[in-house]
Amino acid sequence: MRLINRKPGVALAAFLTALPFVLVLIAYAIGSDIRLSANPSDKLLPAPSTILATAERLLTEPDKRSGQILFWKDTWASLQRLLLGVGISALVATVIGLLIGLLPHVRAGLAGFVAVLSMIPPLALLPILFIVFGLGELSKVVLIVIGILPFLIRDLSGRVLEIPREMIVKAETLGASSWVIALRVALPQLLPRLIQAVRLSLGPAWLFLIAAEAIAADQGLGYRIFLVRRYLAMDVILTYVIWITALAFVMDLALRWLSRKAFPWTEATL
Amino acid sequence: MQKTTILSAAILAATMGAPAWAEQKTEFKLAWSIYVGWMPWGYLEDSGIMDKWADKYGIDVEIVQINDYIESINQYTAGAFDGVSATNMDTLSIPSGGGVDTTALIVGDYSNGNDAVILKGEGDLTSLAGKPVNLVELSVSHYLLARGLDSVGLSEADLDGVINTSDADMIAAYSTNDVQAVVTWNPLVSSILEIPGANKLFDSADIPGEIIDMMVVNTETLADNPDFGKAVAGAWYELMALMAAGDEGALTAMAEASGTDLAGYKAQLDSTEMFFDPAAAVAFTESAELPTTMVNVAEFLFDKGILGEGAPSADFVGVAYPDGSTTGDAGNVKFRYDTTYMKMAADGAL
Repeated sequence: MRLINRKPGVALAAFLTALPFVLVLIAYAIGSDIRLSANPSDKLLPAPSTILATAERLLTEPDKRSGQILFWKDTWASLQRLLLGVGISALVATVIGLLIGLLPHVRAGLAGFVAVLSMIPPLALLPILFIVFGLGELSKVVLIVIGILPFLIRDLSGRVLEIPREMIVKAETLGASSWVIALRVALPQLLPRLIQAVRLSLGPAWLFLIAAEAIAADQGLGYRIFLVRRYLAMDVILTYVIWITALAFVMDLALRWLSRKAFPWTEATL
Repeated sequence: MQKTTILSAAILAATMGAPAWAEQKTEFKLAWSIYVGWMPWGYLEDSGIMDKWADKYGIDVEIVQINDYIESINQYTAGAFDGVSATNMDTLSIPSGGGVDTTALIVGDYSNGNDAVILKGEGDLTSLAGKPVNLVELSVSHYLLARGLDSVGLSEADLDGVINTSDADMIAAYSTNDVQAVVTWNPLVSSILEIPGANKLFDSADIPGEIIDMMVVNTETLADNPDFGKAVAGAWYELMALMAAGDEGALTAMAEASGTDLAGYKAQLDSTEMFFDPAAAVAFTESAELPTTMVNVAEFLFDKGILGEGAPSADFVGVAYPDGSTTGDAGNVKFRYDTTYMKMAADGAL
């Protein structure tokens, strides 16, 4: 039988899925052990048990000064910024994507501009962002929006353009106005793509969030990571990294589930 | 797939494995980052003075510039370098707090105005109450602010919080309306003070000798390789003599490397108490004030939770002084002030 036709059984598939995770964990444990046996107070690769103990402390013990559990405070602050940034981007991208895709005048005016805009590295413009939007929450949300909005617009307007011309002509012959075509023909086909595009842009969104929090903040997941880096508290950093990974993974999963539930007919193209 | 995973796992384990602190060796690496008192390290490498002294002792010393100060200390702590330029405070918190026994080989200078608390508009230290302050949290700036507030009977709790702000963006941050006060270091201080309305409230000249800039090296490496200490001290004090004599070539090269001109660099040197003379560095390191400063610093670090969760008290890490006395836990000495090599330089024995 050809290799491409040989499929693993259920048990073997589960084993193969788990294998890389287990190998990375083992490699980490070995590396950590070698370093810790050379220097028991080594901070670079804390033992897995240390990370667990730190995680427990971070999740349950309130901060001495404020009495709040910083872990949840950081998580809430970051999630708020991230969801606002991604939400605003998704909303604006849907509207502008529809306009660019459907209206030739808007397309002539904006398509080129957005294409150029999406190539600007937003992190290089940080000083300008600070002076225009201040150092508060606004500039962090704006950085996320600037970071992912152009990509979303390009992706969504492209999707609208992919709608078969015949389908739009057919709607026109049935008497649909531009407005109705936008709402009843284009939008339903756009929404599954929106979820897909948002899923893809979550990675960059986290990146911009953490960058913004590293520069000026007093709470947030990225803030804490860059703060404790000052004394190489890798146990805290690794706990936060695992948490961020888990959050991002759950968000991705939730969006996939939403897409499957809300738009089951698109499953084949996802 | 499996093979590559195993391979990458093996590579991961190998590269992140044991730190490379060998016993006797002939190749050494020092890391430094840009700061007025550390610019000589870059010049030592570029001018060949380091190579000359290393050759004299039959070893090889490479001096590498790292753009991010904290990253350079983290790299040293992880074992990638034999020594790093650092302040007394960051040495205590990162390598020493991390169990890496570290020795101050060269005490280069102390900040005498290079770090400052700056307020937008009129006022004094007491007017900071109720205001947010932007600074690099847990840095010497934070320490300076704590000392300043202490001097007028305030504490950090009286502020409207401190906001961690990257030093790279400090000047841009200062220009925004949100920011009312900042604490930072040179050359940022001089740039910010040029902005109309900037008002210097407190600077490191008010706490002389507390923010010390040094070259710290791994204690074991130094003990096993005295030639390493001799070569580095020899090269450093050859250049110090040139600087003290006002050697324009050397000073201009250092000024350009730090992104300013000769006049700008000299202005920064004015707010830095450089120990051009090794005897002065020895006298400073042996002074009775140093242990007091280190206890202050340790208490600040402990108060801010920087000594780590394993630290039961501010005395968790021991610091040893040239006369053999210690502060903190004498059974856990991880930070040593050693004047041996600076003395050799002072006696011309290198």
